[in-house]
Amino acid sequence: MRSARFWLRRLAGLVLVLFLLSVIVFLIFNVIPGGDPAIRLAGRHPTPENIAAIRHDWGFNRPLWVQYGDMMNRLFVKHDLISYQDQTKVLPTIGRGIPRTLSLAVGAAVIWLFFGVLFGVISGLTAGRWPDRVLTVVSMAGISTPIFWLGAVLLYLLTFQWHSSPLFSWLPAGGYVNLTDDPGQWAAHLVLPWICLSVVSIGFYSRVVRSSLLHTQSADYVRTARAMGLSRGRVLLRHTLRTSLIPLTSLFALDFGAAIGGTVILIEPVFGINGIGQYAQQSVAHLDLPPLMALTLYGGFFIVIVNALADAVFTFLDPRIVVE
Amino acid sequence: MSVQVPERLTETADPAGPVAAVASGNWRMTWRRLRRNRAALVAGAVFLFVVLACYPGAPLWAHLVAHRGPNVQNIQGTVSSGGHRLPVVRADGTPIGPGWRGQYLLGADANGRDLFVRVLYGGRTSLTVGLVSALVCTALALLLALPAGYFGGYVDRAVSRLLDLIWSFPVYLLAVALSASLVVGGLNVGPIHVGSSSLAIPIVVIAVVFVPYIARPVRGEVLALRNQEFVEAAIAHGAGPLRVMRQEILPNVFATTLVLFTLIVANNILVEAALSFLGVGVSVLTPSWGNIIEQGYSTIVTAPWQTIAPGIAIMITAVSLNVLGDGLRDALDPHGRLRGVIT
Repeated sequence: MRSARFWLRRLAGLVLVLFLLSVIVFLIFNVIPGGDPAIRLAGRHPTPENIAAIRHDWGFNRPLWVQYGDMMNRLFVKHDLISYQDQTKVLPTIGRGIPRTLSLAVGAAVIWLFFGVLFGVISGLTAGRWPDRVLTVVSMAGISTPIFWLGAVLLYLLTFQWHSSPLFSWLPAGGYVNLTDDPGQWAAHLVLPWICLSVVSIGFYSRVVRSSLLHTQSADYVRTARAMGLSRGRVLLRHTLRTSLIPLTSLFALDFGAAIGGTVILIEPVFGINGIGQYAQQSVAHLDLPPLMALTLYGGFFIVIVNALADAVFTFLDPRIVVE
Repeated sequence: MSVQVPERLTETADPAGPVAAVASGNWRMTWRRLRRNRAALVAGAVFLFVVLACYPGAPLWAHLVAHRGPNVQNIQGTVSSGGHRLPVVRADGTPIGPGWRGQYLLGADANGRDLFVRVLYGGRTSLTVGLVSALVCTALALLLALPAGYFGGYVDRAVSRLLDLIWSFPVYLLAVALSASLVVGGLNVGPIHVGSSSLAIPIVVIAVVFVPYIARPVRGEVLALRNQEFVEAAIAHGAGPLRVMRQEILPNVFATTLVLFTLIVANNILVEAALSFLGVGVSVLTPSWGNIIEQGYSTIVTAPWQTIAPGIAIMITAVSLNVLGDGLRDALDPHGRLRGVIT
């Protein structure tokens, strides 16, 4: 009963957030003068008659709320939203991009969870000694990396400069291969993008796990468990690490939502993955409202859903937590 | 490229509640703790060095050593290097690489501009955007968080929903959409005129997008402080809301705000680079670290340094700020001594 109400409230919240997001994006592109699509559709040297004709044909002269309603109708009901730039349908393009973006984001998430927790545990267990110092430097550098730059430099070094070395000759210079076509090539094409998308989170997670371990090391229940004769490793796995799961879950929800819903815009163009992110980047370059609208709502949808899931997971991890 | 989010801060800062009141007397203890943290001191020195190299250093180097501004092209010219005269840009379009000389220390770009001078001037732009947007962001966050935590009730609910809304916006899409449409036409709202190539555009966009990262943890602390006796006492003495917020609450959230500010500057420098890389950040006419990377990216095969150098500058700056922020947090954390024993 209670969980049903929780999910109903979350659903209502999701609809409200998506509605507000769509209104904000719509206004950004219609109130700000540079956003006027008619001027851009008219080409390089538009005549006023030209612009007026386009405005009429595309319906830009109608009241804003009518235009907004029309766009939402085309997006959610008729599924025939059309790009201003090249007059292609938006939704099939997004549909083609989703598997690519998911491949990128899910793989990166696995990598950052594994290495983030691993580095954090090593760091916490060896606090103050050299493994901890090395890993602290590594995670600080990770947090401070411009990921698109890392991608560009890695591509240059590994697939051009040192490409002849047998160590890197198997790395393709960007592009994407379907998982179902050739799993090996799929992974080979995604290794570098995965690394780039995960470095920042690896840094953050290892810091969070490390300080969480250090804080709980002196907690009473940990001391009790040790006094009862449990081994250090067992206490770590069964008791200490468990407490770090809660901050990690909320972190992961935020980061995974952010990765799928936006950060890919920095990685995909560099590697030519041609998923959601690259579509967004191209639409931005042309100030193309319809795809950007669809992509923003798609991103917002993921972010809200993932965070709601995280709240649900909390109550499993720690029954004391009551989510409002 | 996410930022230090509140969960991270409060989780790592202090398990026992908000970072406790740092009254003026505690600043000396904080400073003492910070002074013992060698990594944070080095980081602070590195950041200071970057600031000095970019603000007074850029014109000094340009005038006294390189004899060339950041935007001066020199495709036909030559430069003496190791006793030889070398063309700045070879006939096949390859610019000169890095070398131990005053002019073109890091080499040239495809237009024969001095890359080192451009990186120094680019640093001015990037640091300005990072620092000013962090200031604006912090100010906005305090303006939202103080009343929300103080008044509670529907004020709090309204502010929290607003933060939730910004939070669930895909950060890069929001920033990109906002700056994309602003960069084309500028902004003319009533008396406010912002040119399309103005630095104010990336500054404001970045500031607005990251408000929740500061406002959320600060709101939480204000909420906790609101019920403390000294606040009740001030109210009982007849102090109005504005006075209580300014005199009683603001000093007590200053520590957290300072730490978050340091971290958000690092974040904003990274975001500026990302936006400029996508072509919607700082105007291409002004060098910034992101712009230099973006312009060099197409020629990375023949002139890799134009891409590599500004990225390294960004990393040095961001690492120094992140380490400094970490050290500040440890120093301001009342359990810092405990942690000092453990680590």
